[in-house]
Amino acid sequence: MFRGLAHSALALVIALLFCNFSAIAAPDGKALFMSNCASCHNPLKDATGPALQGADQRNTKEWIYNWVHNPPAILAAGDKHANELKAKFGAVMTPFPQLSKDDIDAILKYVDDYKAPVAAAPAAGGTGQPQEDNTWVYTVVTIALLTLVLILWRANNALRRIANEKSGIQNEKPIPLYRSKLTIAIVAIIAFIMAGYWMVNGAVNMGRQQNYQPLQPIFYSHKVHAGINQINCLYCHAGAEKSRQAMIPSSNICMNCHKQINEYSGDKDHPLVTAEGNHIDGTKQIQELYRYAGWDPAKKDYNRDAKGNILATPIKWVKIHNLPDHVYFNHSQHVKVGQVQCQRCHGPIQEMDEVYQFAPLSMGWCINCHRQTQVQFADNDYYKIFEKYHQEMKDGSRKGVTVEEIGGTECQRCHY
Amino acid sequence: MSQKKYWNGLEELNSTAAQQQLAENEFREELPLDMGDKLFGATTPRRDFLKFLGFSTLAATIVSSCEMPVRRAIPYAIKPEDIVPGIPNYYASTFADGGDYCAVVIKTRDGRPIKIEGNELSSITKGGTSARVQASVLNLYDKTRLRQPMADGQEATFEAIDGSIKEAIAKAGGQATYILTSTIISPSTKDIIAQFIAKYPGSKHVVYDAVSYSGMLQANEACYGKRTLPSYNFEKAQTIVSLGADFLGTWLSPIEFSKSYSRGRKVSAKNLKLSKHYQFESNHTTTGACADHRATCKPSEMGAIASALYNAVVNGTQPALSSPKLNELVTKAAADLKKGNGLVVCGSNDVNVQTVVNAINDKSGANGTTVNWTVTSNNKQGIDSDMVALCNAMAAGQVGALIMHGVNPVYDYYDAKKFTEALAKVPVTVSTADRMDETAQKCKFVVPDHHYLESWGDAEPKPGYYSLMQPGISPLFKTRAFQDSLLSWAGASTTYGDYWKQYWTSKLGGQDKFDKALQDGVIEPAGDMASGGASFAGNVSDAMSKIQAKKGGSGIELVVYQSVAIGHGGAWSNNPWLQEMPDPITKATWDNYACLSPARAKQLDAELTGQNEIVAAKKVIRVKSGNYELLLPVVVVPGMHNDVVAISLGYGRDAKVGRAAANTGKNAYPFLTYNGQTFDYTTDVTLEKTTEKPYEIAITQTHMSYEGRPVVHEYTLDEFSKDPEVLLKEREKEIGEFAHVPWQEEGKESKAEKINAEEMEKGFRANGTMYPVYEHPGIHWGMSIDLNTCVGCGACVVGCMAENNVSVVGKEHVMLAHEMHWIRIDRYFSGNPEDSDSIQTIFQPMMCQHCDNAPCENVCPVDATNHSSEGINQMAYNRCIGTKYCANNCPYKVRHFNWMDWNGADCFDDNQYEDGRRDDMNDDLTRMVLNPDVTVRSRGVMEKCSFCVQRLQEAKLTAKKLGRPVKDGEARTACQMACPTDAIVFGNMNDTESALHKLRREEQTERTFYVLEQLHVLPNVNYLAKIRNTEEIVGANEKTDEMMNKHI
Repeated sequence: MFRGLAHSALALVIALLFCNFSAIAAPDGKALFMSNCASCHNPLKDATGPALQGADQRNTKEWIYNWVHNPPAILAAGDKHANELKAKFGAVMTPFPQLSKDDIDAILKYVDDYKAPVAAAPAAGGTGQPQEDNTWVYTVVTIALLTLVLILWRANNALRRIANEKSGIQNEKPIPLYRSKLTIAIVAIIAFIMAGYWMVNGAVNMGRQQNYQPLQPIFYSHKVHAGINQINCLYCHAGAEKSRQAMIPSSNICMNCHKQINEYSGDKDHPLVTAEGNHIDGTKQIQELYRYAGWDPAKKDYNRDAKGNILATPIKWVKIHNLPDHVYFNHSQHVKVGQVQCQRCHGPIQEMDEVYQFAPLSMGWCINCHRQTQVQFADNDYYKIFEKYHQEMKDGSRKGVTVEEIGGTECQRCHY
Repeated sequence: MSQKKYWNGLEELNSTAAQQQLAENEFREELPLDMGDKLFGATTPRRDFLKFLGFSTLAATIVSSCEMPVRRAIPYAIKPEDIVPGIPNYYASTFADGGDYCAVVIKTRDGRPIKIEGNELSSITKGGTSARVQASVLNLYDKTRLRQPMADGQEATFEAIDGSIKEAIAKAGGQATYILTSTIISPSTKDIIAQFIAKYPGSKHVVYDAVSYSGMLQANEACYGKRTLPSYNFEKAQTIVSLGADFLGTWLSPIEFSKSYSRGRKVSAKNLKLSKHYQFESNHTTTGACADHRATCKPSEMGAIASALYNAVVNGTQPALSSPKLNELVTKAAADLKKGNGLVVCGSNDVNVQTVVNAINDKSGANGTTVNWTVTSNNKQGIDSDMVALCNAMAAGQVGALIMHGVNPVYDYYDAKKFTEALAKVPVTVSTADRMDETAQKCKFVVPDHHYLESWGDAEPKPGYYSLMQPGISPLFKTRAFQDSLLSWAGASTTYGDYWKQYWTSKLGGQDKFDKALQDGVIEPAGDMASGGASFAGNVSDAMSKIQAKKGGSGIELVVYQSVAIGHGGAWSNNPWLQEMPDPITKATWDNYACLSPARAKQLDAELTGQNEIVAAKKVIRVKSGNYELLLPVVVVPGMHNDVVAISLGYGRDAKVGRAAANTGKNAYPFLTYNGQTFDYTTDVTLEKTTEKPYEIAITQTHMSYEGRPVVHEYTLDEFSKDPEVLLKEREKEIGEFAHVPWQEEGKESKAEKINAEEMEKGFRANGTMYPVYEHPGIHWGMSIDLNTCVGCGACVVGCMAENNVSVVGKEHVMLAHEMHWIRIDRYFSGNPEDSDSIQTIFQPMMCQHCDNAPCENVCPVDATNHSSEGINQMAYNRCIGTKYCANNCPYKVRHFNWMDWNGADCFDDNQYEDGRRDDMNDDLTRMVLNPDVTVRSRGVMEKCSFCVQRLQEAKLTAKKLGRPVKDGEARTACQMACPTDAIVFGNMNDTESALHKLRREEQTERTFYVLEQLHVLPNVNYLAKIRNTEEIVGANEKTDEMMNKHI
């Protein structure tokens, strides 16, 4: 009973901790802007589409509503401003019929209030840096103390010997320390334990790659995209809500924005630097993308073969998060059903210029989370079938249901 | 428990010493370990032990300090819109192999087909499949497939070949061009052939089927004026009489027939209607095993039986056939046929016999009720005499060019030698074979056709019933559709893809309708299938006198038959899944052999002895007909007629057909004869003893022994209808005492007359054990298998292999009982092996029973197998250390140990077993068939049925995303979907609306039982007892049932 209480209390605390991510939802306008508009629009600068700040002064609200809901209709009606925009940007905006007028108002308010981010002060001891390590102090102290013990013991022995000689008792022939059976036994046992410990740990950690941060074929900065420019993760990793794979985007997804954005202009605010300290020219990296995507920036068009197929080559990214083959992991189960934030497993991805593996991705780490995390029990009707738990929640004898309690730590949830 | 005696082989019936030894042994082979009494006296000395210890420590250290390899994640350069990595796409398509037809749905993952399911929208196959349909996806990745066209045995280009072919046809002058194909049921292909013929006047199209139905086609032409086959309605038929037709296994359209047959076999206590099935046959077929009444005869007597049946139906004449059992059954069948709704089918290829059968159907009123002439069937169209005429024309040098598609006459023509010689006289010979098969080797040009999973196409299995074929992958190799080849040789400029689309868009009237049809896969008339008869004008008396004139000899007769797995041969011979699928009756794999009755085998010194039954090595005999002879091993099959030897087709292939096909069995096609009208699949032979070295056959049935514990329940319809609780009472006798906990004694006293199965099971569950009862708070998966409708066809076995990456182990290892099938179909005989007519056979699919109190779970030292809250007995491969305790403790013997690294999953090459027959399974090309959702198991771990947990997880995830519980029928296992008779029902027992719950608790409570229920292992798989519509269930009585008494 007590244990149960303790467990649930612990679970609650941890759940609350993690709830932070989802609880502090961004203001409506920002979220909507990020998920719908940010891939093509910047509030202050022209991108794939025009800068949005002040759009409500340039046009009537009614015009904006109509434009967002159905741009082709306005164009067809021969609207002058709309046709100017089309001529300027070369493409017509995707319709967003799902956005209500309130939504659009919220977005407009957000972009009008938006201010260019002040260049962040250089991060002191950033989150990625390891913690201060005091081990060496302890080591020195331990060694000093051990030496002291040894000296005292030798002194004690010598004194006893002298005392014995004085009182005429014959001393035993001293056995050197390295030949004493006791020493040998102790050393052997310690060596055995250490070797075993080292081997077992080595075996357990085989194949684990926490903090793995390889060089990628293109210096792609998640910080620039997801952090500074606040592009929604799902814009590129569209599979995360649908499939087991989150999907690394194909280069034509990159080209949705990079047809327009052909240089890295943020070098002053946020210079790109590798882990080794080399400075990276962002514009060059975009050129590299063009090479893969088969885009000719001069022609502003794709290179095509005789049949009209785009001459693109896939980018051979280095895979960072590797699960063993016998583990089945499904992104959509976690992102869509479990409403887990990306950062919970991938860490502060919006802070990373170069991605590294944040979590150990060990089974213990998975299981711990399954033990502590509560499922969306009341919100998802799938869980209706667990009548017993629903009854208990009604009675008040249960606060929530963890993944473990619906079988989330059983072998064949992940291994089959 | 049931007092009937069932035996899974003669060795078990006779309980030979070798069999007992086998049942007691844990392993089939000697273990390479020294099991001496003294530890220190062992021949594996201490030093060796230390060496191994040192080596493995060192190896582990080195491996653990290795760097991780750099892995790449390569996205699409430009992602196709409809592919989301990790999510399967499904495409409706059509399987057509000759005339074998099945509407299918292709499952593709990341652009490659990995599984075939039945298309439930088809009213013909209704979602059913066969073993071959399931295995067809493996043929796509066959390493032996041709990768480019060939000219004179050299690699060539299409352009070069097209040029020379067009030139040659144009130059042929007086010599005709022939197109030789197997049955074509594609209307657009027929159109293109017609165009070709129009382009080259004088050219002809000849249809040749390796296994011919020419006799039926010609008889129908004479009787009804239509050279076609009718549709049969087995569902409606109350009396089914089959004269040697294996309509559930190989005859005509087995998927369609199994589906409709099984609907007439679903009996319950509330609905006691059950069709009655009489089977007259010479060898033992799966259809015969399902029959209510079965009698054996020599194949030459089939005509006489048909005549006797006709006379009995029409005149009430008493039959005078060779055995009293035949007379009895003919009389009974005639009486039943006269009641109406009868149906007689016949497997003979003799025009006269088929004429008499037509007459019986006409006189008994079947014509128009169960035999449908309004909607006929296109499944087979080959006319034997046309083929013989073509062969003669070729020999006479009258053929200028021969284009062959879907045929392999050099291998399967009755007079292959003559055909081969004649072929050499044809100036231009073209084959569209997908591999260098026997005929392609002799052809000048080989222009390989696409696999059906790479092609556009269509099928018309019945007039007005269309089915479209669309590819699941773009062609893997430089192959070209047969239709494209014909179009290009006919000088057309369009491609078949465009032609086909144009054909269907205009036929269906618009793009929208075309799109819908392509999505559905089938285009069918609305409503039930129209049905009607045709006026019969056959000359019965003439046919009967001809039958009488052709008396069979007194000696031994040979029947060549299609095996359920391999069929007529073709590419199937090189399909390791099919080769390793045990034959439904003999349970033999990887070979063909001479099937003989026990008595006949005894005469040839091949009788039941330890030497011949337990040991795989079989005595070899010589089977000799007028012009051909074979040395074949003897497999003793109870239920064979004593004067009959049966040999299956499709074996003895050329090495170039593939590694799995090479050196398996012998070719039986040359035993065929031509009677001037049709091919005969039976002939007179002599059998001789030989001194040849015994030949090893890998037979699986005795591998997993229950040591005689009764596992099947079977009743006559009469017993069951008199007392529907007969099974419940038997079960109560076994488990009833546990059904009430002691402190509920009162409840026991006031027990109602009627047994409440649910209460009984509940009490037994709680009270028969010292272990805690598992809770199933959300879902409780379960499965039910109907023994009445299981026809033993093996579609589930192959479907499971495809879904779960089940390994093929090769013949050598099947002999060591290392086969890996997660689901097997146990076959039990009952009756007197000396009397072939007394044999009754029953099939029981057996897989992990997912016991809620599983004996395997509590003996695992590392908890690698344990129980889930959904009632699944889980297996964690990476935790398994291979002690095999679980397999030992499993009463159902359904666990399989990976003795070798079958799939190349280990990094040590030496762990792989070299076996030429299965090596190709590890080829990079063949491995494309693997299901990426299922782990490929490595050496040293145990595996077993998982209830297709990946499908259950997928169904749950889909439901979660939609925010609702899993609906009944959304989670289906591979075996359930493959089954052509819907014998398998799967579902959630906690859902009272599920089909499974209704079945167990309402509809079929009286027939429900659990195998070895008395052990209190609480299986989650139940079976429905077999009900035969017959007078008695044969089998020994309690007193003689020694095995049962001895073991329980």
